[in-house]
Amino acid sequence: MKLVRIKAIAKKESIQIIRDPYSLAMAFLMPVMLLFIFGYAITLDVDNLPTVIYDRDKSSMSRDLVAQFRESHYFTIVAYADDQADIDKYIDAGKARVAISIPEDFSKNVATGSDAPIQVAVDGSDSNTATIALGYIAAISDQYSRRVGKSLAVPAIDPRVRIWYNPELKSRNFIVPGLIAVIMAIIAALLSSLTISREWERGTMEQLISTPVKPPELIIGKLSAYFVIGFIDVLMAALIGIYLFDVPLKGSPLLLMMFSSLFLFGGLGLGVFISASAKSQLLASQVSLITSYLPALLLSGFMFSIPNMPAPLQLITHIVPARYFVTMLKSVYLKGGTLKLLIFETAALAIYGVITFALANKRFRKRIE
Amino acid sequence: MSIAVHIEELTRTFGDFVAVDHVNLSVKKGEIFGFLGPNGAGKSTTIKMLCGLLMPSSGKGSVGGYDIIKQSEEIKKTIGYMSQRFSLYDDLTVEENIDFFSGIYGVPVEKKRDRKEWVLKMAELGLRRTDLTRTLPGGVKQRLALGCAILHEPPIIFLDEPTSGVDPVSRRNFWDLIYGMSMAGTTTFVTTHYMDEAEYCDRLGLIYRGRLIAQGAPAELKADYMKRDVLEIEADRIIEAMDVLRAHDIETAIFGSSLHATLEDGDKGIPLIRDILGEARIEVNSIGKIAPSLEDVFVTLIEEA
Repeated sequence: MKLVRIKAIAKKESIQIIRDPYSLAMAFLMPVMLLFIFGYAITLDVDNLPTVIYDRDKSSMSRDLVAQFRESHYFTIVAYADDQADIDKYIDAGKARVAISIPEDFSKNVATGSDAPIQVAVDGSDSNTATIALGYIAAISDQYSRRVGKSLAVPAIDPRVRIWYNPELKSRNFIVPGLIAVIMAIIAALLSSLTISREWERGTMEQLISTPVKPPELIIGKLSAYFVIGFIDVLMAALIGIYLFDVPLKGSPLLLMMFSSLFLFGGLGLGVFISASAKSQLLASQVSLITSYLPALLLSGFMFSIPNMPAPLQLITHIVPARYFVTMLKSVYLKGGTLKLLIFETAALAIYGVITFALANKRFRKRIE
Repeated sequence: MSIAVHIEELTRTFGDFVAVDHVNLSVKKGEIFGFLGPNGAGKSTTIKMLCGLLMPSSGKGSVGGYDIIKQSEEIKKTIGYMSQRFSLYDDLTVEENIDFFSGIYGVPVEKKRDRKEWVLKMAELGLRRTDLTRTLPGGVKQRLALGCAILHEPPIIFLDEPTSGVDPVSRRNFWDLIYGMSMAGTTTFVTTHYMDEAEYCDRLGLIYRGRLIAQGAPAELKADYMKRDVLEIEADRIIEAMDVLRAHDIETAIFGSSLHATLEDGDKGIPLIRDILGEARIEVNSIGKIAPSLEDVFVTLIEEA
């Protein structure tokens, strides 16, 4: 292997990327766009649920209860209903997701210490939100009961919960780190998947394979150009995460960069392998999206928790490199994870990188098929 | 003289289609070998097999002493190849293309500058070195492509239709370059479908439908394969004259302002043609035997093939 050849290829590839507005946009604009779309749009937190109240009791006690809901930022009271039909109207029209109906004898029941049921209706068309809303409602009612129901027996078990790593339970704090994995996966595979197929399509490959260049020289040269782009993207994503989305980075930034490089290596290797296999750019880009983006989004534990998946899917996640990277990112970001703690994931990514590189190298032929 | 390129029974099929059919040929060191034939005859396929870009289906061959099947990577160090399709990077500047191939071919650092200036001068691009390659005219692009393919001064070069789509003046300049390199000892294997270019070659191989139908020096081909004589006739009303001669079963074609008639015996043909045209009251200004052109040879060979 000759360094001079690798350098010539890396330089040529960089010039081509810089001169091509599409490549540039894909390299630097797309990650920022993805970060904004995902960072702002995807939030699993349930906030400001539109709520309608039907208070038939109209006592100071019922108003106190309603105030508890109002003061939590989870519910926003959009209307007070006059009858049951009114509630249905709000829910049907989608103007309210939660309806709370307080019966006439509510304050009497509370005062006498007997059961004081309230009726709650939740729009279940978004089951995730509904479940979370029910939890909040139960918690608020429970708090209220403890405060007013002096005569109620105090439960024997009194959990004092402390939430580790993400005490505010802000979903953005784990979405943004996970997002870095998704963005890296797309960028790495999509950019590099075009690099070889483009040369076949344009006819420049015919010249290149008539020269003494060796496949590993060509692949390393091309990879290094894309590696620099990927690295800048990680840096950009990390900075936007920290400064714009207020996602704290507890662990070492150096470690974050090291893990990202490792993941990039494998992702780029996969892209080049695809590119060497498919001789049209269109096919290469589609295959790379399917093999990198989708698994990174769906099977990495970024959006859906792996232990909740059916067993066969769980098995498949083991060959999804983003799975290890998402674990690493969450750990470094939220827990201040160290290399020692993440040695298994590090090894998995390193093995993946070596395999994809070897495959790309093996697949690339200096012959016209 | 030693042999630079040698192939035996070289064959390549694509499915049922036989692109190259048991071709045998050899090219001596320092020779300009022209590979002549119509489009689709198998010229490019043969060249790609010689350059180690395409595996032969059967047969064997060697380039610069290296086996085309087992030592294709060794061959790639010895040759310069210019493909039929323009294959430099058109989003790179002239200089960037030269630097890239200079790096790829491993041109030694101390030689790099000189070689680059040589290519720029040869392609007459000294003043356009920072222009994007895509903005260059066709003939200049071809010269740059040739320059990039021979940056490393390879002893053998393969040029696949280097002058197709290039204007006549540029073609002439291009051939001057090839002559110059041949003088310096470079072996050149060049394909073309221009008959006039074939005349510039030391030796020729004629390929038709995958089969090599003749090989030899242009003069040899004319002497060996052109058994019939060619008469050049200058006459009034040549179109009418051609029709009259054809009506008498004499193979006749218009070449510029005169007619070429091909017959077994030219000496007997002269009085015969004079009689025929005299009867038709067409005045013959001159008539005489001429040396056949390569085009005459090629047409005859293809008719026999």
